Amino acid sequence: MRHLLALSVLLLSFSLLQAQEGSMLDLLPDDEPTVDYATAGFKTTRIINGHSFELNSHGVLDFKISHRFGRLNTGAYELFGLDAASIRIGLDYGVTPWLNVGVGRSSFLKTYDGFVKAKILRQQSGKKNVPITALVVSDMAVVSQRNTNMSIDPYLFTHRLNFTHQLIVGRKFNDAISLQLMPTVVHRNFVLTAAEANTVMVLGVGGRVKLNKRIALNVEYYYVLPDQLASGFKNSLSVGFDIETGGHVFQLHFTNSTAMVENAFMTQTTGDWLKGDIHFGFNVSRVFTVYRPRN
Amino acid sequence: MKKGIIIALLALGVAQVTTAQNRYFSRDGHVEFFSQTPIEDIEAKNEKMTAVVDFEDGKFEFAVLIKSFEFEKALMEEHFNENYMESNKFPKATFVGQIEDFVGIRNSNFPPGVEMAAHGKLTIHGVTQDVILPATVTPDGTNYKLKSSFKVQPSDYGIEIPNTVRDNIAKEITVTVSALVVPLKK
Repeated sequence: MRHLLALSVLLLSFSLLQAQEGSMLDLLPDDEPTVDYATAGFKTTRIINGHSFELNSHGVLDFKISHRFGRLNTGAYELFGLDAASIRIGLDYGVTPWLNVGVGRSSFLKTYDGFVKAKILRQQSGKKNVPITALVVSDMAVVSQRNTNMSIDPYLFTHRLNFTHQLIVGRKFNDAISLQLMPTVVHRNFVLTAAEANTVMVLGVGGRVKLNKRIALNVEYYYVLPDQLASGFKNSLSVGFDIETGGHVFQLHFTNSTAMVENAFMTQTTGDWLKGDIHFGFNVSRVFTVYRPRN
Repeated sequence: MKKGIIIALLALGVAQVTTAQNRYFSRDGHVEFFSQTPIEDIEAKNEKMTAVVDFEDGKFEFAVLIKSFEFEKALMEEHFNENYMESNKFPKATFVGQIEDFVGIRNSNFPPGVEMAAHGKLTIHGVTQDVILPATVTPDGTNYKLKSSFKVQPSDYGIEIPNTVRDNIAKEITVTVSALVVPLKK
């Protein structure tokens, strides 16, 4: 009996000790659940050629220089394509936390482009559970290259216009993996032959795997639904790495597209991966905080 | 036998008296840190620190959500969470400790200018270090103001800073913690 009592006292004191061991913070009344947004699903606002589900933050200006060199299969004389280059210079800006606008100029057909990119759904957990992020991107591209095809007459300004409307639905699955789907409509005001559709339906898919804190592997593929383009045009496939160094993100990649504007790389890609028509390329993104909304 | 039971009950009663403690807490404490280098100054603020002080024995704890730190540049905030603090893996920084000679100072009603020392374990980025943090307590009506300012070396907490930005981030970062603690009612 005495032993039993001693044991119970021992147990009691032990349980009290345990209570003392627990954090005092646990004794506080429950806090409001927090809103936990998924952040940094991609290192920058482009996967490779196309948009990722990330936006520049409010007040952030992103200066992008992108290059696509010539084809690797041109051989050593052309230094595997490095003698030729297609270039786009662009500026993206975060107008609000959910809206970006951007402009750019590409050497491909001397194209000017402008876009609006808006986040309509933000992946979050905690107080509210939203499993995906969704955005709409609308892009207009103006081909400014002089018309040398005399059979097209008259060649009006409206012939030069191309429009792309895209829905991006994506999810950051974990720290390493993000995936997104991009159903897209491309409208070309002018196409060369009647066999080609003016309005082209495209389904894009893209993703990344983070290899370590600073390097990620990205893949992006745009599938053009059949019987819309002339033969000779291919689906755009790109594979590359994001390398982050403080304020810069360097993207190094291989792609069969030379254009970097939506309508052009989706519907005017001629390179064939299987034949070695692969272009080495890079994007350099440098961000500047030009407005600080918190101050 | 009966005596034994009585003693046990008494012990239980005493134990309950000592657990019904005189605790003060805050949920909206303020944490800020400052990194100063010739290249750039980095500053971040957090208004969601929780803190508890036990006025019977001087036990002192605080915890802060890493994701709630706000920087003036959005990219700094992203890098802080993604690359340095890995806030998905290590969501909180905590301190669990004991303020030295707390009861004595409390009994003399926290004379101004008296700096106390909180001995304890500071956990940042999943790494725990034994530290001594200076702390001051100032009475404010029925509440108390608590403040502590100390230095932290990222390298002590397994936070890797790559060579490319080594000159942008200070070797020693100044952290200031302050809170208005109010009585904790059960």
